[in-house]
Amino acid sequence: MPEKRIRVLVAKPGLDGHDRGAKVVARALRDAGMEVIYTGLHQTPEAIVEAALQEDVDVVGLSILSGAHMTMFPRVLELLRQKGAEHVVVTGGGILPDNDIAELQKIGVGRLFTPGAATDEIVKYIREAAASDN
Amino acid sequence: MFDKKELEKVTKAKAAWDKKAAACEERNALFETVSGLPVAPLYTPADVDGLDYEADVGVPGEYPFTRGVQTNMYRGRLWTMRQFVGFGSAEDTNARNKYLLSHGQTGLSIAFDLPTIMGRDSDHPYSHGEVGKCGVAVSSLADMEVLFDGIPLDRVSTSMTINAPAALLLAYYVAVGEKQGVDSKLLRGTIQNDILKEYIAQKSWIYPPEPSMRIITDIMAYCAEEVPKWNTISISGYHIREAGSTAAQELAFTLADGFAYVEAGIAAGMDVDTFAPRLSHFFNAHLDFFEEIAKYRAARRIWAKRMRNKYKAKNPRSWLMRFHTQTAGCSLTAQQPENNIVRTALEALAGVLGGTQSLHTNSMDETHALPSQKAVLIALRTQQIIAYESGVANTIDPLAGSYYVEHLTNKLEQEAEDYFDKIEALGGVLKAIEKGFFQKEIADAAYAYQKKIEEGNRIQVGVNEFKLEGEKIEIDLLKVDPAVEKHQRKRLAKVRAERSEAEWKKALDGLRQAARDGTNLMPHFLACGRTYATLGETLDVLREEFGEYKETPVF
Repeated sequence: MPEKRIRVLVAKPGLDGHDRGAKVVARALRDAGMEVIYTGLHQTPEAIVEAALQEDVDVVGLSILSGAHMTMFPRVLELLRQKGAEHVVVTGGGILPDNDIAELQKIGVGRLFTPGAATDEIVKYIREAAASDN
Repeated sequence: MFDKKELEKVTKAKAAWDKKAAACEERNALFETVSGLPVAPLYTPADVDGLDYEADVGVPGEYPFTRGVQTNMYRGRLWTMRQFVGFGSAEDTNARNKYLLSHGQTGLSIAFDLPTIMGRDSDHPYSHGEVGKCGVAVSSLADMEVLFDGIPLDRVSTSMTINAPAALLLAYYVAVGEKQGVDSKLLRGTIQNDILKEYIAQKSWIYPPEPSMRIITDIMAYCAEEVPKWNTISISGYHIREAGSTAAQELAFTLADGFAYVEAGIAAGMDVDTFAPRLSHFFNAHLDFFEEIAKYRAARRIWAKRMRNKYKAKNPRSWLMRFHTQTAGCSLTAQQPENNIVRTALEALAGVLGGTQSLHTNSMDETHALPSQKAVLIALRTQQIIAYESGVANTIDPLAGSYYVEHLTNKLEQEAEDYFDKIEALGGVLKAIEKGFFQKEIADAAYAYQKKIEEGNRIQVGVNEFKLEGEKIEIDLLKVDPAVEKHQRKRLAKVRAERSEAEWKKALDGLRQAARDGTNLMPHFLACGRTYATLGETLDVLREEFGEYKETPVF
């Protein structure tokens, strides 16, 4: 049986417009053979979760450079749980201090990537995370 | 610039050298600029053969301003050291600015938080989690009064990084000046107010392009009369570069935007010389030292030529391109953050050798958080070391005449001209934005750059080479007080409770009427500010009148 293509939603929550990272990662994931949906800018956590469910994705990647990560990640996680979609892996990247990363991972967020992360590494992580989840 | 005989000698000597060089083994590296332009091992007079010193280079302070916009440049006055500051509440940012002014900073530069940038009050649902995070929260004139408390506005120049709501923030600034007893004609500073690069790169917009351009021409007309020392637009390449463009794209897209504003001003019935002298620019300083210096030199030359020849400006002040520089945030690494001090120093040096009028140096910790007080002080000290210890400010445009730098200046000018042709063929800047042209070009360049790093073709110290295994970040990071959001909600509630309902309504109605009948919006923004209409309330009126912009993303 052919391997199922991993479906990833790349999302920009909140008011942040810095989309260079999100777009580079989206393209790298697509080049790695994944099905990538990019939400575009200025999305609420509600709209992101809605899109995740509708698109039936395995992974949600949030890109946040605005400092709002301690609000956005927990909210997306909570909404996914409320909708019974806790199987969706929530990962992401941006300007994220180490202490905040540790705190977010404690509540169930997956690996988080900061400037300098290689897209290879992100691809590898998403493959593993999506596989261990199915 | 060289006579024919001399050139023949040079060419012969170079040919002989080429043979010898071909026999030498080169190390395994990518010999190209950060932007991917190939770099030759050696440049000679033959590479700048067509250069006409008087027409293409000239002297500082004179057309075409390749060597700088002031006659004696830094011999007269150093560049303005202007660190970009904003976090938390107006009180927090006010204190940080006073700290920097007391340590020798010479101008202010305000960073606003995302709700302010997007025209939302701190208590709007979209603002949740973002208040005071990447800049200071300003939701009404009351916040602006606190932000500039104890800072006499006739004694500082203030740059405000604000775009879609720029007109309103300028109105608040004028209103604070009124309260301090400072005439608006004495106010000095800049609003970024460059909406075109928002659609292209930075992506903080509110209204669609057409009404946005109308707001901008209203500001230009108003300031020409009422705030004559104010820079009405800071035409910005910084964000285009940060979004991943090459140096040539930064140069070309920024100047294309600038010419679009000039054309809009002329189309609105203004004489080019009434507003062009108040247009300023803002560039990135990336890591490729010579490419950046060439970029600034080319920018001044292109601007001067077009302003004089194409737009028929007669005032020399309309020809000269003044610009601010910020070192490249995107060049900094999360790994071994102390190394960022060195990267920033090199970039700042390029800005200075490129003849910048003001400079912001990034702090080493900005890949982790907003800068701490210690990190920002090191960044300011970096500028002071360049200014006072390195000796580079002693002579003007010292790299002029370098075969490489002059060649690269010509090359970048040519690349920019090629882009201008492409943009024109697409129907101009607004049409090219609509078609996603800039966005696609930038996304492609960003991806190509990332690939080169990941394939190991481009070395980033501490990232893909010279790594520290198991590195722990050992610098103290700034933590924005989470109570800011609550504090802001309280102040907003107070503002709404204490203002005169009748005056407030009258001001908002006046704005709506002006939006409809086409009269200048600026006096109405000022009236809204004075009556303590909030930022969100004021801009919502125009959201209803003008609609909101939506982008179709490309990646």
